[in-house]
Amino acid sequence: MARYETIIEEDIDILVCGAGLGGTGAAFEARYWGQDKKIVIAEKANIDRSGAVAQGLYAINCYMGTRFGENNPEDHVRYARIDLMGMVREDLLFDMARHVDSTVHQFEEWGLPLMRDPKTGNYQREGRWQIMIHGESYKPIVAEAAKKSADKVFNRICVTHLLMDDAQENRAAGAVGFNVRTGNYHVFKSKAVIVGAGGASNIFKPRSVGEGAGRVWYAPWSSGSAYGLLIGAGAKMTQMENRIVLARFKDGYGPVGAYFLHLKTYTQNGLGEEYESKWWPSLQEIVGKEYLDPEVSHATHRPIPTCLRNHAFIQEVNAGRGPIHMVTMEAFQDPHLEEIGWHNFLGMTVGQAVLWAATDVDPKYENPELTTSEPYVMGSHATGCGAWCSGPEDLSPPEYYWGYNRMTTVAGLFGAGDAVGGTPHAFSSGSFTEGRLAAKAACQYIDDGKAEGIRVSDEQIERRREEVYKPMETYKIYRNEITAGSVNPNYINPRQALDRLQKLMDEYAGGVTVSYMTNEKLLNIGLKKLKLLEEDLEKVAAENIHELLRAWEIKHRHLTSESVVQHTLFRKETRWPGYYYRGDHLKLDDENWHVLTVSRRDPATGEYTMEKAPCYHLTEVDGKADVA
Amino acid sequence: MPTFVYMTRCDGCGHCVDICPSDIMHIDTVTRRAYNIEPNMCWECYSCVKACPHQAIDVRGYADFAPLGHSVRVKRDEEKGVIAWRIKFRNGEKDMDLLAPITTKPWGSGTPDLREVEAPSEEQRNSQLLFNEPKYIRFDEGGLHTLESNGLVMKQGVDY
Repeated sequence: MARYETIIEEDIDILVCGAGLGGTGAAFEARYWGQDKKIVIAEKANIDRSGAVAQGLYAINCYMGTRFGENNPEDHVRYARIDLMGMVREDLLFDMARHVDSTVHQFEEWGLPLMRDPKTGNYQREGRWQIMIHGESYKPIVAEAAKKSADKVFNRICVTHLLMDDAQENRAAGAVGFNVRTGNYHVFKSKAVIVGAGGASNIFKPRSVGEGAGRVWYAPWSSGSAYGLLIGAGAKMTQMENRIVLARFKDGYGPVGAYFLHLKTYTQNGLGEEYESKWWPSLQEIVGKEYLDPEVSHATHRPIPTCLRNHAFIQEVNAGRGPIHMVTMEAFQDPHLEEIGWHNFLGMTVGQAVLWAATDVDPKYENPELTTSEPYVMGSHATGCGAWCSGPEDLSPPEYYWGYNRMTTVAGLFGAGDAVGGTPHAFSSGSFTEGRLAAKAACQYIDDGKAEGIRVSDEQIERRREEVYKPMETYKIYRNEITAGSVNPNYINPRQALDRLQKLMDEYAGGVTVSYMTNEKLLNIGLKKLKLLEEDLEKVAAENIHELLRAWEIKHRHLTSESVVQHTLFRKETRWPGYYYRGDHLKLDDENWHVLTVSRRDPATGEYTMEKAPCYHLTEVDGKADVA
Repeated sequence: MPTFVYMTRCDGCGHCVDICPSDIMHIDTVTRRAYNIEPNMCWECYSCVKACPHQAIDVRGYADFAPLGHSVRVKRDEEKGVIAWRIKFRNGEKDMDLLAPITTKPWGSGTPDLREVEAPSEEQRNSQLLFNEPKYIRFDEGGLHTLESNGLVMKQGVDY
């Protein structure tokens, strides 16, 4: 592969790997705290349309509204705690929530159209936490801010590995990757790195077959690189078992939030009946009354956790009373609400509008079908997978604090958005805010002299280079052993590897075809198969640079998947029925498992070590438990 | 195949190649025009459709669940700050025009350059505050929320 140049970017202070909402927030804020610092963005696509918000959003799902007397940060922490069955990092959540409004207010100043309630003049609420926006250009607008802050933006760089310091163990020193257009090898030497890369779609077999595999709920370009990069660098991860399943409009996976909250549509089974409440008594036996008390929920507006509502949906369908419908026919008689219903899709999931146009589903005259999706691994929606990160000094108990906000267990390596574990319900605004927090901390880390004396050996750079291009080398060596086609005894291509990963994750780790069920035996078989896939991924072949991109995406998805299975194996309980079930431990077990799960994969050996970390909750000073 | 490109409208300019988040819009070496090389990695996000200066790109719903004969077209105008959609049903019974704003400012003018703003003080650096804070949190005189200000403690153990 000598024809590709090696391009080295030296003396970077802050390197942002992946610039979706988290990464753009990091690059933007870093300029304020480091006005003389060298800030560089490396992004797999084009930052104007990259990450989960590439297509736009019709709501900002995390806004406190303290300014309007609506909520305080601790209210949001309680909400996230309840929704995630207790398993969250409340220091990180409180920190995000106390800053997020300043982010949203800046977005408005930058030109993002936030809707206003004509009566109150406040932002138009969709629900307690959501405000409605005309967000088709959400991403290009925040990208503009990041571009103004950054010294250089490298679009179309697929970052494959983080660079590690050769002078001091467990310290980050930059990243490497390749340009998906030119093929050139890029080396970024940096004092601090903020990983803003994405969570993972497409690691569990999707319900769709063929083309529709692209219409995944989370973007198909979300390749788990947040986790692949961090796990590969030896950072500790948390709550990786906490995959999410979404109840969405069938096939198009169009969002339901605005439909439920703003349009006041509701669900019913195939017989036209309300179905959720009949499942609550049996579900209560699994999770206990503390986590599911419909009477209290009804009286206090305490939400019923997302996973538990999924559970009722799944059980009702499995009982033969599907499909579940969204009752839109009432709301859509109001032309204003009808228009909002369509705009909601056009602003963030155009594919759902395409599907309804294709199938002549007019929600004014027909109640559309819903489904539960395949599982996804991410950390900013109603789930909290990600790295085990330090919290801020003024909030975090000793187990959660090691000096720099949002720093992983690797020195100088920070996270934002999907990369940070235990912080669900951050969504777009919270992820951007996390990026801002990480950027300030990364500047402090450098200013404190913590990045002095970093040395990156030529050997490391060369070793990674060889690794990066190995799939193309493999292709070149073995391609002509066969006449034509994709069947070769010496290699598999990235799509073949992805198909294998999806099938085994589905069948052994609780995907849709097994109704989200797994157990210890299945998970152990899954781990064995993942190990074999890892060996075959050493032989993955790439015909061209585009396939090389797909080869590295599947490698990151594989590392993510292994972590998911290890964590799922470790947590011997069913904490989130409706997300997944441990058939051999079909109950929530607070006595043993009211803890956060933390893992580390030894980068040298690939061996996993698992541990439990204590769960801290925010309570009022007088000690009485909070019930929101 | 999700997105596809009309032969007579595409001039091979490459705007779609430049913007596609999934790296699937490529230029065909024979026709010198763009096409979708990997439809099952297309999110129907319309980034390329919006970026095409010739309206040469369209979307045909995923073949595994979307019947033929529908249309969702779009025109995005940064100068006017609006996006216009037209949705046509397969059976021809519904034909909708929808318009939405995409920005409230002249394009690109609303974002600040943080090199130009006054540098933070030592006190700000040592605080928990971010840029523009505490002012931008509530637009009042109040400070940042802390455990102390909100009467909270972090307590280990089970809580609901």
